[in-house]
Amino acid sequence: MGTTNEIFETDRTTLQDIERRLEMPRREFLQFCATLAVTMGLPAGAEAAVAKAIEAAKRPSVIWLHFQECTGCTESLLRAEHPTLEKLILDVISLDYHETLMAAAGYQAEAARKDAMKANKGKYVLVVEGAIPTKQNGIYCKIGGHTAIDLLKECAADAAAVIAIGSCASWGGMPSTISPLSDSSPTGSSGVAEVLGKPVVTIPGCPPNPYNFLATVVHFLTFGKLPEVDKLGRPKFAYSRLIHENCERRAHFDAGRFAMEFGDAGHRQGYCLYKLGCKGPETYANCSTLGFGDAGENNWPVGCGHPCIGCSEKGVGFQKPIHQVARMLNVAPPQQYPRIVEEQGKAATFASAAAVAAVAGAAAGAAIMLTRNLGLSHAAEEAERAKDAGKPADKAQV
Amino acid sequence: MANNQHAAPAPVGGSLVNAVTLSCGVLIALMVAVLAVRFLFGLGAVTGLNDGYPWGIWVVVDVMIGSAFACGGFSVAMLVYIFNKGEYHPLVRPALLASLFGYTLAGAGVIFDLGRWWNVWNMFWPGSINLNSVMFEVAVCISLYIVVMWIEFSPTFLEQMGRHDTKKKLNKAMFFIIALGTVLPMMHQSSLGTLLVVMGVQIHPLWNTPLQPALYLLTAITMGYAVVLFESCVASSAYRRKIEMSLLTPMSKVMLGFLAVYLVVRVGDVVVRGALPKAFVPSIEALMFWLETACFIAPLILIGAETNRRNPAKLVLAGILLMLGGALLRLNGFLIGYETGDGFTYFPTLAEILVTAGMFAIEVLGYIIITRRFPVLPREDVQAAH
Amino acid sequence: MGTRRDFLKGFLASGAAATAGVVASPVLARETRQRPPEGLGLLYDATLCVGCKACVAACKQANNNPAEFSTTDHLWDTPLDTSGYTFNIIKMYRNGTMDVKDQETNGYAFMKTSCMHCADPSCVSACPVSAMTKDPVTGVVGYNADKCIGCRYCVAACPFGIPKYQYDSPTGRIGKCELCRHRYKDGHYSACAEVCPTGATLYGKTSDLLVEAKRRIALKPGVPAKFPRGKLGGPDQSYETPAGKYLQHVYGEKEYGGTQVLKLSGVSFAKVGMPDLPPDAAAAMSETIQHALYGNLIMPFAVLGAMTYVAKRNVKPDDESSDKEGS
Repeated sequence: MGTTNEIFETDRTTLQDIERRLEMPRREFLQFCATLAVTMGLPAGAEAAVAKAIEAAKRPSVIWLHFQECTGCTESLLRAEHPTLEKLILDVISLDYHETLMAAAGYQAEAARKDAMKANKGKYVLVVEGAIPTKQNGIYCKIGGHTAIDLLKECAADAAAVIAIGSCASWGGMPSTISPLSDSSPTGSSGVAEVLGKPVVTIPGCPPNPYNFLATVVHFLTFGKLPEVDKLGRPKFAYSRLIHENCERRAHFDAGRFAMEFGDAGHRQGYCLYKLGCKGPETYANCSTLGFGDAGENNWPVGCGHPCIGCSEKGVGFQKPIHQVARMLNVAPPQQYPRIVEEQGKAATFASAAAVAAVAGAAAGAAIMLTRNLGLSHAAEEAERAKDAGKPADKAQV
Repeated sequence: MANNQHAAPAPVGGSLVNAVTLSCGVLIALMVAVLAVRFLFGLGAVTGLNDGYPWGIWVVVDVMIGSAFACGGFSVAMLVYIFNKGEYHPLVRPALLASLFGYTLAGAGVIFDLGRWWNVWNMFWPGSINLNSVMFEVAVCISLYIVVMWIEFSPTFLEQMGRHDTKKKLNKAMFFIIALGTVLPMMHQSSLGTLLVVMGVQIHPLWNTPLQPALYLLTAITMGYAVVLFESCVASSAYRRKIEMSLLTPMSKVMLGFLAVYLVVRVGDVVVRGALPKAFVPSIEALMFWLETACFIAPLILIGAETNRRNPAKLVLAGILLMLGGALLRLNGFLIGYETGDGFTYFPTLAEILVTAGMFAIEVLGYIIITRRFPVLPREDVQAAH
Repeated sequence: MGTRRDFLKGFLASGAAATAGVVASPVLARETRQRPPEGLGLLYDATLCVGCKACVAACKQANNNPAEFSTTDHLWDTPLDTSGYTFNIIKMYRNGTMDVKDQETNGYAFMKTSCMHCADPSCVSACPVSAMTKDPVTGVVGYNADKCIGCRYCVAACPFGIPKYQYDSPTGRIGKCELCRHRYKDGHYSACAEVCPTGATLYGKTSDLLVEAKRRIALKPGVPAKFPRGKLGGPDQSYETPAGKYLQHVYGEKEYGGTQVLKLSGVSFAKVGMPDLPPDAAAAMSETIQHALYGNLIMPFAVLGAMTYVAKRNVKPDDESSDKEGS
């Protein structure tokens, strides 16, 4: 309760300052804070803390490195529909080095990076976009004459936090795809954690949902630490559940209703895309609950009728063929029921029935032979005895 | 006493390699192969068992029927030592040998069937045993009886090894071992029937009776004599020896006595419990019931007359029928007449049958080796002179 | 010779001993056991069940069991029956057009299949090594894999077909519901009851559940009534809904001396796979016979004594002498 009031108690001038700085009305600003708090799964009232943190205008220095990538992550951040998001990137944080967005070029740009690193030593946030080639000492990617490996190590050394954005920086992503004919990727593309040899926060996805990244940064601003992550460094608020578990098409899966090919009756009726290769069952991400591009409900690949390709999941995205069916990580009962009596057990096979018949036959045969032989010898014996006694043999004895 | 006039047992001798032993060898090898798969990949990998039929032929045929077939030693020992019919003494050793194999293999067969065999020591661990369990009684009793039988049979080996001192010492205590050797089978053969009682309504009314222990004990004794008849005739036939008709004919009379008692109890029980109408419902159970009953009644007709009992062919046929009847009683109770609920099917797989066949092959092979090399069967020349 | 006389003596001795035991049997007869007063259990009300199978999924999770497949696509956990890996399942009764729930003709109904936790369990009586035990206080029939020898006598003995064996494993165990007794220490109770959205599966003391069951079958069908959810005696989660059309039979009240899991249904229990059981447990009969014959080993020792006495006299002219005498 108290926290909600705090927002309104915030000094009017401060809010006006923010309005000016962010070119964002107060109401929209508070909405934005609430959105981020919800994305992070923070309790009610946390938006106040978020608002406070952003208001405080600490503006941490951010150094953003690009390596083997397509700039899709940056583009996705810029395209986010939320009001004046680009302003936030520039104003909530102090983006001191970003090759796509900065005006400077050449030696000037590199100098800006060095200055920022020196000025904010131990306090700046390092964001890495793109994979790092490691084969042949990383000669496949150089900026200002330095390899990606060297740049990363240099910048990471004094960073307060390292965030790997996108699948490439998280685990190698698309450049790390291994051809079936080979046992490694062409340039040995690796993720940030692998190169640094220590865990970092990863925001995988191709591109990742911008709110997952923003929420992570703001969490850092608000609480002074990075959010809780899983063993792959992914923030748990966004990556703890399989897409399949919260998918809007899950009911169709449970009922056994599938689109069998693009454009068929099932596909048009919005049936489950599992059989078209949807990787939702083996991909951990919040796409199914958050959607993309602030364009309303269902605005994400599966919502649009395309199976999830598992872009955020190492070993799935860019590695498994898009239409290959997924491995089920979490198997639950479907909407169908066993009957009261179900047939169970194996019936007689030809071989087993034949074996039983053979054993029975052999036993019966042997018994008959034995009985016959004993009968014959007995008859002979009787006959002999009868002869001895001078009487005719009793043939009925056989 | 009658014993003194009998021929001392002697090894039969002869080659151990022939068609029969070789086929036994092949069957045993197949069994070992199947068992390797069973122990590596579980029971489901080789058997047709399921939760509706948790016990298959490894239990019912190898253990229940196998041990009942192995009652010859017990039946004859009881006749000779308890009822003091010393004249049957020559039958003791061969019968005991068959029993020894039957039981030892039934014991081993249980291990193949136990899903968690490495825990089997719990069966003898005071902290684990369950005195209410019929299975506990059966298991302990059979284990004990196997030991007792080896002691009972050990004079054969001691003789061959020339350890007459040990044999003499052992013989002083033999009366107790023999007494144990008659009590223990009575206990577990009856309990094998009691095993069915706790299954309650799952057992078909034709086989569902609290008199199980009496039925199983009576048939076990009857089958014991039947097996001795059968085994004597087969041994005589195979080794071209003279059949001990002078013993088998009167013994079969004893057998018929037990059989008559059994039939009275069995039929009386079915009638008194009101289960008889079930025998006239067209069903597999009714068919099997009549088949089983026919196997028990036929010998009465076949060798009821004294002259017919002198005919070895009729004797052996009666023996076979009784063995079959006893086997059917067990098969019917535990498999045909057992139903835990609709929907379950069981038929032994080829692999299961191979293991059962392999077990019988071990018995036959063991019997051949021991009778050819150790003094078990009565000395032939003496016997002929008889 | 005196053979006939000895024969009769032996016969009489063993006969007398056997008779002694049999005559003693009625005195030793073991009555069917009753439920422990504080016994825990479940009440399954088929008329409330909506077939959501949340209990099936929760049971799998609570017992850490793998999925089982019966469809060509290995997409769903689709066990057809309880098994070594499935301790709880919802089955469906179908008839004709399947129009009306809990109706025998042209209707359908659900039925939960899991351990009934009998007052006098056959599996516990059958188990030779006490791997299957009944808790004297909670009455939960539990399983201990460390003792189990895998003989599957419990599987054969249970009239409900509940203990099941894992045939696909070389180290297979018996699998059965243990009423989530491993979750009690964390303040949880049976997972199936915990997740049930309609209170069709209700957890509690069986004595309380029986009162609740009797209350329900006395309700007028279609008239709204209160139904508790989750745990009877726990936090109130009750809701109001029209009462179902119950059979006037609480399954498990008297069957086999009573079970701790009780069931209510609109369709006859025989049709939904529940066996028709007498009020006396088979375990009681089995143990009566067993203790009549072997109680304190009186009978075996009596017979052994008689046999030893007879054998001692008859074995005297032993093999040794016959050996030396030759023919």
